[in-house]
Amino acid sequence: MTAITLNIIVQGLLTGLVYGLMALGLSVIFGVMRVVNFAHGEFAVVAMYAAFILFERLHLDPLISLLPIAVAFFILGYGLQRTLINPFIGRAEHEQFILLVGLATVVINVLLIAFGPDARPVNLSYSFDSYDVGPLIIDKVRVFAALAALAVSAALFLFFRYTRTGTAIRACADNLTGAAVVGLNVKQLYAVTFGIGFVCIGAAGALMETIADASPSLGPSYTLMAFVIVIIGGLGSMAGALVGGVLIGVSEALAGFFIQPSMKSMFSFALLILVLILRPQGLMGRRL
Amino acid sequence: MLTVDNLSVFYGDAQALDDVSLAVEAGTIVAIVGANGAGKTSLIRTIGGMIKPATGRIRFRDQEIAGWPSHLVCNLGIGQVAEGRQVFPSLTVAENLDMGAMLPRARANRARNRQRVEAMFPKLSERLGQAAGTLSGGEQQMLAIGRCLMGEPELIMFDEPSLGLAPSIVHDVLKAIRDLNASGMTCVLVEQNVAVSLKIANRAYVLENGRVTLSGTGAELLADERVRQAYLGL
Repeated sequence: MTAITLNIIVQGLLTGLVYGLMALGLSVIFGVMRVVNFAHGEFAVVAMYAAFILFERLHLDPLISLLPIAVAFFILGYGLQRTLINPFIGRAEHEQFILLVGLATVVINVLLIAFGPDARPVNLSYSFDSYDVGPLIIDKVRVFAALAALAVSAALFLFFRYTRTGTAIRACADNLTGAAVVGLNVKQLYAVTFGIGFVCIGAAGALMETIADASPSLGPSYTLMAFVIVIIGGLGSMAGALVGGVLIGVSEALAGFFIQPSMKSMFSFALLILVLILRPQGLMGRRL
Repeated sequence: MLTVDNLSVFYGDAQALDDVSLAVEAGTIVAIVGANGAGKTSLIRTIGGMIKPATGRIRFRDQEIAGWPSHLVCNLGIGQVAEGRQVFPSLTVAENLDMGAMLPRARANRARNRQRVEAMFPKLSERLGQAAGTLSGGEQQMLAIGRCLMGEPELIMFDEPSLGLAPSIVHDVLKAIRDLNASGMTCVLVEQNVAVSLKIANRAYVLENGRVTLSGTGAELLADERVRQAYLGL
């Protein structure tokens, strides 16, 4: 394998971890509530603009503004679930679909009105720095973004594994009747879950702003990508979302380099179809 | 302790409970008997706050609780051991027990209640780190009861606790219920094993098509000709 191929793979892997964090939010929300957040990518773009504004106005590095953005997104997700989403829990899928696609459309158009269609980059002092590791030249921003994505994912994993609230959310996903029987406040836990899904979106969006330029048109493609990643990795599997993210990141990078960038999603979908044929529950999903 | 007055429940157009009234006194075992689809589970789930009644009143101690959500009902001290056990299969035994103690009323005494439950069901304490889904049916039933006790209930509603269990284990489960009652726990028991449940009940109600058609002490119903024919096959 040539050094350049290796470089492309590493670059795709690092970007893929950020994709994976974004998809993790979709996976958590679906795994617990059986709701597919079709406005996922659109809200990720909102987070990109938030990182952009905080950088322009306050000169905050997105690696730092990630924290306030994640907190704000938790509140946003919590509030959205309590007001808009909750009445649709347990309703037919197409009704949830229309609600969330409608929400996505509103978000994108509000962004268009507010910021216009132009791409908004963040120019960090180290945007063009890189690490030389043997034959590899690795972008500094991608390394930082990938490490931050891993850190947020690990924090969420620990939250679900070791805290009582996290365990209670897993309990709701495991057996909803059981949750009601023991007196868990399911509505409250659902809102927390949606908030956590939005933490993934907020953090991933802030990190994406360091490696891509915010623009409203990214929204739908991010939603689709998160969806593809989650199906490939296995719905409801946290590790699966990261693995799926890395796979999509690498396949996009390779296709973008060797064929052409506009054809990169073709390979993501080919991967999706392969997984659906060979292992429909996803790479790390449980057999249904 | 618990009184239900003129309770009616609908699923869409289908009526599940029709003007049901009953009373449960503190410290007693009250059995609810009836065929499949008679409304026993609907009754328990309505009292537990999982189904909202169309009309009627449910009083627990001095509170009117009809229509309250389940987490508030549980926190008043009404526990439930549901049909099918309803453990959390992918959570460990210890995590399952912990989930029973998420109620505000029970948080402070979590450690003490945990000791009591483990003393009552030693088999559970040997399997604390094991996923609940890998337990046998009888062990899952013990876990469901233990998890309920973690919430410090004053009244427990048991819905078909012996369903699908081996006869020797049915005996253990019923013994656990009697022991709990002997230590002062008020129990509502829905049980397919009508003879046994009438024997241990202080009072019993017969539900048919969503209505209470007969009530009396356990002994009275055991002697009743209609009950003997319809439910005991005598």
